[in-house]
Amino acid sequence: MSEIVFDGVSHDFGAERVVDDVSLVLRERRVGIVGANGSGKSTLARMINGLVEPTVGRVLVDGLDVARHGREVRRRVGFVFTNADNQIVMPTVREDVALGLRRHRLSRAEVAHRVEAALDAVGLGDHADHPAHLLSSGQKQLLALTSVLVTEPDVLVLDEPTTLLDLRNARDVVRRLTGLRQQVVLVTHDLTALDGFDRVLTIDAGRVVFDGDPAGAVAAYVAAMA
Amino acid sequence: MSVLGIYRPGDSVVHRLPAGVKLLALAGIGAVSAFVHAPAPAIALVGVAVLGFVAAAIPAAAAARQLRPLLPVVVLVGAVQWFNRGGPAAATTVGVLAALLLLATLVSLTTPTAEIVQALVALVAPLRRFGIDPERVGLLLALGIRAVPQIVDLARTIRDAQRARGLTADPRAFAVPLIVRSLRQADLTGEALRARGIDD
Repeated sequence: MSEIVFDGVSHDFGAERVVDDVSLVLRERRVGIVGANGSGKSTLARMINGLVEPTVGRVLVDGLDVARHGREVRRRVGFVFTNADNQIVMPTVREDVALGLRRHRLSRAEVAHRVEAALDAVGLGDHADHPAHLLSSGQKQLLALTSVLVTEPDVLVLDEPTTLLDLRNARDVVRRLTGLRQQVVLVTHDLTALDGFDRVLTIDAGRVVFDGDPAGAVAAYVAAMA
Repeated sequence: MSVLGIYRPGDSVVHRLPAGVKLLALAGIGAVSAFVHAPAPAIALVGVAVLGFVAAAIPAAAAARQLRPLLPVVVLVGAVQWFNRGGPAAATTVGVLAALLLLATLVSLTTPTAEIVQALVALVAPLRRFGIDPERVGLLLALGIRAVPQIVDLARTIRDAQRARGLTADPRAFAVPLIVRSLRQADLTGEALRARGIDD
């Protein structure tokens, strides 16, 4: 597994401190992050991929400072957004999956082969030339996940990937996460998705208020909401 | 299925022509049309376009559906030409304009969007020596195409919200959120490209 280090990390949006002096080392295969809306959990997750840079402190992935080595880090860390519509940027399903492979400098045949295999694996093979915007919400989230996984990242960060899905599609996404070889960092409000996770953080007001097993994290989350 | 909902699948000779050939032919006819100064060759161009539709087995209704929104422009241009330069000049201009619109529609109806983008990328490949990245051109085109249904969806959502609140006659209540949300969508697209390591 990769090593993700938050070294005295804070982040300010304007005058507001949304992440406050967080220091962590994440080496576990399955890491969950829970917390209220606006607690800073998404900002924390975005720092792992370099979408947000710390105002204070450093974030390291396998020893690489995300702020200085963003390109290398993004090769290792895939990111899945809450709303797949914001992540799918190409017109067709096939093109969107192929987009992430641009930087891999593969032959056209290899790209086509990988895209086809990736789409078949999630049951979207028959939709390869379908306009991406016409997929169902569940299919879009699967496409977003596939477009990231096809690049074979070592770490997968997911920011509330099931929030906009119905129960069946949410469970489908969670089930697929379970089988992945990648290290997963999952930000979620779906507490059942954290079953079996190795480590769960509860975030409140930008600080880690619990760091441990899923049951303890959920209890801390509930207590923070009281 | 077409991304923009225009392409009609088929197996005609026009469908089978490579997208690059169709685009080059369209560009060539467009260039030639600049030298058409009489009604007869203009009408002949319209004839060529109509033959193209026949060869592609495109039903007249499908062609008309695509062209109807452009009709007011053709009529307006024709009227202005008639007023300024007389009947023959108006017939020439309208003929050339109609022929080019018909041919462009024919290309759209018989070519999947992805193939058009690929063909354009191939056509600009020689410009690489001048510092133009063809893959980037393709990405820009694809992003532009992807933005069309997104903005249509945004417009529909905003219109529904307007109706629900009884604001049907307020263009500002439509335009302002449409522009703001379109710009926000552009930001999100940029963020997604960054997250996916595109342009790193």
